[in-house]
Amino acid sequence: MWKDKAIKLSFLGVASTSILIMLLIFIFLFKEALPFIKHPGLASLLDSKWLPVSFQEERYGLLPLLTGTGLITLLAMAFAVPASVLSSIYIAEVANPSEKEILKPFIELLASIPSVVLGFFGLIVLAPLVKSVFGLNSGLNALSGAILLALMATPTIISVSEDAINSVPSAYKNASLALGASRMQTVFKVVVPAALPGIVAAVMLGAGRVIGETMAVLMVTGNAARITGNPLESVRTMTATIAAEMGEVPFGSTHYQSLFWIGILLLIMTFSLNVVAQRVLKKYGMFR
Amino acid sequence: MNYFKKFLFVISLLGFAFSTGCSDGGDQTSEGKKTSAEARYLTIKGSDTMVHLVSSWAEQFMTDHPDADLSVTGGGSGTGIAALLNGTTDICAASRKIKKKEMDLAASKGISPVEYEVALDGIAVVVNPANPINELTLEELRKIFTGAVSNWAQLGGPDKQILVMSRESSSGTFVFFQKLVLEKRDYTDKALFMPGTSAIINNIVNDQWSIGYVGLGYTKDAKDKIKVVNVAAKKGSPAIIPSEISVKDGSYPIARPLFLYTAGPASGIKKDFIDFALNNSGQKIVRETGYVAIR
Repeated sequence: MWKDKAIKLSFLGVASTSILIMLLIFIFLFKEALPFIKHPGLASLLDSKWLPVSFQEERYGLLPLLTGTGLITLLAMAFAVPASVLSSIYIAEVANPSEKEILKPFIELLASIPSVVLGFFGLIVLAPLVKSVFGLNSGLNALSGAILLALMATPTIISVSEDAINSVPSAYKNASLALGASRMQTVFKVVVPAALPGIVAAVMLGAGRVIGETMAVLMVTGNAARITGNPLESVRTMTATIAAEMGEVPFGSTHYQSLFWIGILLLIMTFSLNVVAQRVLKKYGMFR
Repeated sequence: MNYFKKFLFVISLLGFAFSTGCSDGGDQTSEGKKTSAEARYLTIKGSDTMVHLVSSWAEQFMTDHPDADLSVTGGGSGTGIAALLNGTTDICAASRKIKKKEMDLAASKGISPVEYEVALDGIAVVVNPANPINELTLEELRKIFTGAVSNWAQLGGPDKQILVMSRESSSGTFVFFQKLVLEKRDYTDKALFMPGTSAIINNIVNDQWSIGYVGLGYTKDAKDKIKVVNVAAKKGSPAIIPSEISVKDGSYPIARPLFLYTAGPASGIKKDFIDFALNNSGQKIVRETGYVAIR
């Protein structure tokens, strides 16, 4: 029947819009960034300095931005992963239903706080705190940014890894308990290892969120473009750079194109993290 | 089952209507803008430094002309000029002169921007009130902001690291300060880049050994929490307090004109607004918001 076919086609069209949009974004980004390859050339993106506005020599090195994003992501994950994985184990395996009923909505609430609000909290409360605890000149550094980002990544990691833990067949658990293992032994030696691929995927999704986050880091990291591994120094992330500079930049200029290269790089990073996470989930049959 | 199919069909029709409606909508807004521009609608975009001033003007202008509808947004002088060239704003507020690069871009689009000088602004160098330093020379400022001097002891202060705070590169103030005080050198890579003037003031208040620069207009409201440093043009010459008199007579070394730009000579409501900004009541608002009037 033609009607059925028409409807099916139109539904397919609507459903594949997101793929189309994704493709268009990639094409658009590359189109805007392309002239950079001719002048000043891709090698200049490997410079060690990010100085897009300068009367001396404009430099478009993405390395300080990459290391900034890397440092913050690693730190944030170091805070977020242990806390959220333990929370998800608690919620899935240990908590009684009434505890679950209180914990879950609050964790979801944390996910719904706008990042600007968290950034403001970071600027007013967290940065001065970090400053006084470590006796620093300023609290605007990678550590403050990482703590805020850890807060943002936790809900994602908790809910995805909780799903993973819940999807472990109860036969595993029952068998373990029947063999005389204690509840803790069952959780840590049977359930968690079985859910590990899902937990890994959850961590990756959380990392994707951290890398892509903009507002909060723009407000609390100080945005000094320096290559550093010290969490108590100020760093500049890729997202913050785009957010802070995109508004001003003259259209079509080299600076403008270099910002699009940051965008491309970011997109590739988060895209591949997501793809890998989805693959892992799918492979182990933990797809939600 | 039949009903279900009909339902699906209606939904898909709606989907189509929605998707085609979207593309139509885009055209409509640009047309709608044209007609409402005749109904005295005006957008002003640009310098963050000038947002306070321009929105005060806009408020008074709308009280005087009830039929006018003005919208004022910031984003930086560069943003404003880009918007002017793209035709997304009627007037651009800029705290720097239009660059050669931007003029070329305008020419390629067939636009000839017209410049109106509307006020003067001094850039104040601010520190925490607990800092004993009261005066600095332009050379000392340059050394601080380029990183050649990194401890207050080198300037006669206590043995504390200097925390340098700058605006983001999208700010007109950033470029002006870089040109005039840093003599076109680059800022130190230890400088923290703040997304706005209020962020700088907030950090000056929090971090005792920091130094930053803000538009003179912003120092008025935060008077008790920050200290404005007197600046001397040269070693040995008197350090000048940034004020209306010292900016106007040119003795304060870090001052600049503020501009409004239009694409082509202003006419209609654009001309009315610029005339208003330059007349007595407009210039009175300039003084009230902490800037320096030009007449």
